[in-house]
Amino acid sequence: MAKTGTVGQPGAAYTFVKGDETVRRHTFAVIVDNEPGVLARVIGLFSGRGYNIESLTVSTVTEDESVSRINIVTTGTEMIIEQIKAQLERLIPIHNVHDLTLDGAHVEVELALVKVRAKEHNRRESLRIADIFGAKVADTTLESFVFQIEGTTDKVDSFIELMRALGDTEIARSGVIAIARGSNIVSV
Amino acid sequence: MSTQQLTGAEMVIKALADQGVEVVFGYPGGAVLPIYDALFKQNRIRHILVRHEQGAVHAAEGYARSTGKPGVVLVTSGPGATNAVTGLTDALLDSIPIICLTGQVPTHLIGNDAFQECDTTGITRPCTKHNYLVKDVNKVSKTIHEAFYIATSGRPGPVVIDLPKDVQFASGTYEMPKQVAHKTYKPVVKPDRARIEAAVDLLLSAKRPIIYAGGGIINSGPNAAKLLGEFTRMTNFPITLTLMGLGAFPANEPQYLGMLGMHGTYEANWAMHDCDVMLAIGSRFDDRITGRVDAFSPNSTKIHIDIDASSINKNIRVDLPIVGDAGFALEDLIKVYKARQKKPDAAALDRWWKQIDEWRAVKCLDFKTDGKIIKPQQAIRRLYEKTVASGRETFITTEVGQHQMWAAQHFDFQKPNRWMTSGGLGTMGYGLPAAVGTQLGNPDGLVIDIAGEASILMNIQELSTAVQYRLPVKVFILNNEYMGMVRQWQELLHGGRYSESYSEALPDFVKLADAYGLKGLRAENPGQLDDVIDEMLAHDGPVLADILVDKKENCFPMIPSGAAHNDMLLGPVEEGEEAIGAAGKVLV
Repeated sequence: MAKTGTVGQPGAAYTFVKGDETVRRHTFAVIVDNEPGVLARVIGLFSGRGYNIESLTVSTVTEDESVSRINIVTTGTEMIIEQIKAQLERLIPIHNVHDLTLDGAHVEVELALVKVRAKEHNRRESLRIADIFGAKVADTTLESFVFQIEGTTDKVDSFIELMRALGDTEIARSGVIAIARGSNIVSV
Repeated sequence: MSTQQLTGAEMVIKALADQGVEVVFGYPGGAVLPIYDALFKQNRIRHILVRHEQGAVHAAEGYARSTGKPGVVLVTSGPGATNAVTGLTDALLDSIPIICLTGQVPTHLIGNDAFQECDTTGITRPCTKHNYLVKDVNKVSKTIHEAFYIATSGRPGPVVIDLPKDVQFASGTYEMPKQVAHKTYKPVVKPDRARIEAAVDLLLSAKRPIIYAGGGIINSGPNAAKLLGEFTRMTNFPITLTLMGLGAFPANEPQYLGMLGMHGTYEANWAMHDCDVMLAIGSRFDDRITGRVDAFSPNSTKIHIDIDASSINKNIRVDLPIVGDAGFALEDLIKVYKARQKKPDAAALDRWWKQIDEWRAVKCLDFKTDGKIIKPQQAIRRLYEKTVASGRETFITTEVGQHQMWAAQHFDFQKPNRWMTSGGLGTMGYGLPAAVGTQLGNPDGLVIDIAGEASILMNIQELSTAVQYRLPVKVFILNNEYMGMVRQWQELLHGGRYSESYSEALPDFVKLADAYGLKGLRAENPGQLDDVIDEMLAHDGPVLADILVDKKENCFPMIPSGAAHNDMLLGPVEEGEEAIGAAGKVLV
């Protein structure tokens, strides 16, 4: 018996047609056991499955240092974001995973240290802009400042952009830390 | 007394024994010598010496899949651990519970590029369900007990425990196994009742239903298969099984449509495409199942029951996700279905079965024999018939390739845990060591590895293991002198340019069998086939049977990669036609 048909149109395996294909940015809080290799498990999951990491922060958050909180900012389609949560929840030393973007209102802050080397007018201008942004001077020499700025990613981005226009810069950023608004406390 | 002082090595043996382990598959080396010494001084656990660490893991997989118990592996550091990686990945993709103990260099040498050192936990992190490096002897027993819990509960999988040599020598406190209450790992096994009720309502409203079940049924245990059978007969819904699920429903019952997917039956794939309500249970919408995802069962409402939440909505968006164990879910489905005291539209179901019968009438698995050359399908069919006639409990393992698909199509399974094949990873060289493990778990069973001549050479050394332990495994080689599936794809995709897929310089398998000390047989034409099978089955010891089959036969039906379920190839493509579109060619 001959075949019943040929593939007339290009195959589109590994793509999803149903659902929303818009790429969105989500912030996750991942509560993990503070044991060796746990960060490698999380990062390995992202790289192994091809998920994006925009920023990642990690620190212990309990008095006895037994639990850490990893904040991850990632991007993906709705299905990918859902997968990321499900895959993270599969890791054994993970207590719980919170999609802060999905859960509702939350506070996101990041910290940056911005060194700018500038003279004369540009030096004065950098100080003025820092004042507008509420950045503090963490260090100074006759030809440079180190500004310490905190706020949303957008705010830090625009501050850095302005500083770049004024002189040579060196940047250190912490990545986003985030927490849900309201009185509810995440259990560990 | 729940604690006692032991060395780390003694703890390993005691913990395994206390977990009910009877057999360990392993290979000694410098970094596990203390454990081998402890093994020597006891008789609760039997050690099976394999000939390569990959074989140890596959043997443990065969043991686990055929018995429902976890498989245990013991290997040394460095190459011992890296050789086990293929087996661990195989067990991860097929959800097989494995405990793999690896030796490690002493803790003070870790990170120094010591002899036979490798970063075992780093290497095995993405290919295990979980892994441990135990640096404190007082944590050895607790870690092993926890590893058994993790490997066997929820969605099963392999767990590695890396044990530095100094920890094996050190003395510490042994803890007996107790109920593990893990602080972070808590798999969901009981499905949500409201969702089960919603599922039953959907199934009752179905006019063209289908049940699509997979390896999750097997992993849940024989009771899940029993319940699946009960539910299917009660509803008279058509059922199809994945490669991993074969045996979860008896192949000889009328509701069974055969396997689905790339080399599935015409009726199963068309029914999947045309159904209006799909009940997926213990199956994961793998790309071999779905084909082109944008054309996969386009008009159906999909219910998906899986123990692993990450399997849901991964490839295919479903309408009703239910997280839970297949067995519990089926129990609840049956209860709720009975309580509803309703039946689906009988006339519609009748029309649906008539439609399915038309698809069945295509007889997609038929093949032509000519009396001169043995057809591979014919060889498997005869093997099947003769094993049935023998009345023995038959266990089939396979390697990977055309022979594997023909075995899935032409060997009928009536019970779970009788079919051991590398489904997810597609590991050539799986079948022989898996047969060794299966035979150890089922000493009275008839264990046959259906193999290809290329695959079998990947772990041929395990014939020594079979001979050493007098394991009467039968290796049934469908020898077409090609890596058949590679050749088939080259024919369909690459203009018949058979690049490196010819099995050049093959050994004489009969002489090879003789060299290893087992019986070798050969069938060169259809007239010899039955006699060789009879002789193979009658022999009370391991046999290597070399069955020379048609070199050009291809495996059909086939959904070419990138194509939809209703776009199957039933036979050879006619001259000048393109079987696979450009986009399909990039898929494997």
